[in-house]
Amino acid sequence: MSVNIETLNQETTRELVPVRAGDTVTVNIKVVEGNKERIQPFKGVVIQKKGTGLGSTLTVRKISGNVAVERIFPMHSPRIESIEIDHKGKVRQARIYYMRKLRGRAARISERTR
Amino acid sequence: MNGILAKKLGMTQVFTDEGERVPVTVLAAGPCVVIRHKTLDNDGYEAVQVGFGDKKEFRANKAELGNFKKSGVGAKQHLLEFAAEDLAQWPVGKEFGAADILSDDELVDVSGVSKGRGFSGTIRRHNFAMGPQSHGTHNIRKPGSIGANSYPARVFPGKKGPGQYGNKKTTVKNLQVVKVDGERNLVFLKGAVPGPKNGIIVVRKS
Repeated sequence: MSVNIETLNQETTRELVPVRAGDTVTVNIKVVEGNKERIQPFKGVVIQKKGTGLGSTLTVRKISGNVAVERIFPMHSPRIESIEIDHKGKVRQARIYYMRKLRGRAARISERTR
Repeated sequence: MNGILAKKLGMTQVFTDEGERVPVTVLAAGPCVVIRHKTLDNDGYEAVQVGFGDKKEFRANKAELGNFKKSGVGAKQHLLEFAAEDLAQWPVGKEFGAADILSDDELVDVSGVSKGRGFSGTIRRHNFAMGPQSHGTHNIRKPGSIGANSYPARVFPGKKGPGQYGNKKTTVKNLQVVKVDGERNLVFLKGAVPGPKNGIIVVRKS
């Protein structure tokens, strides 16, 4: 009986890309339509990372048309195909909620170089 | 047989294929060993005595040792009887695990000794409301009135009050088996199970 919860959790956890708040990412989600499965990308800015281990989530915000959309992804969900970093952003907070008030040119995030 | 002994490993979460997160308690159920049969002729009822978890022989008293010697298995930490329809299916000395008793999506009843919380007040023990916290009050965690005065001139039996909370056998009914891992004798149950980690748990079919 050498099994413990930590080793069990490691079986379901997956390699994570090192995302940070402020990064622009594309989350590729598996969507089932009828009986076909396809991959739907969701591209936006990471507002926050929350939690540790299996339960950790990623909140991604994008402006779709004129409407802001925020989606919360469980990072270890099998529904998530992959997460790609498109742009590394330089921000000072770990949770950039102030982005919700900003639109257009004010909502730009400068490049993180180191 | 309708049940198995297990050890609580702790809680975590698993994902379904739809990406839904399910909170689960992981139990190490088995390996258990059949120690002895209770028969109609000898005991007046039919049951299988089951042992779980090894212990050193010198820890067992002589009465226990006699029981273990007869079955030909080593000393076990925990013994329990389960009703069985067919005793011949469970010969003495037979080792069995989680997969022999439980299957996926089944409903089970789970018993264990709940976490002991000591002598607790009414707020923790019975979910009483707290009193006002400020303006010079002295009634912050008091239980309040426990009944009328001259009539009935006594406190009714069963009145909720402070006292020992927890460390008591508790049963949770109709928990769903999410997954059974027969190779490693693991059972994943949806939801919480009474008792601390490493506590001994009885899983019975609902």
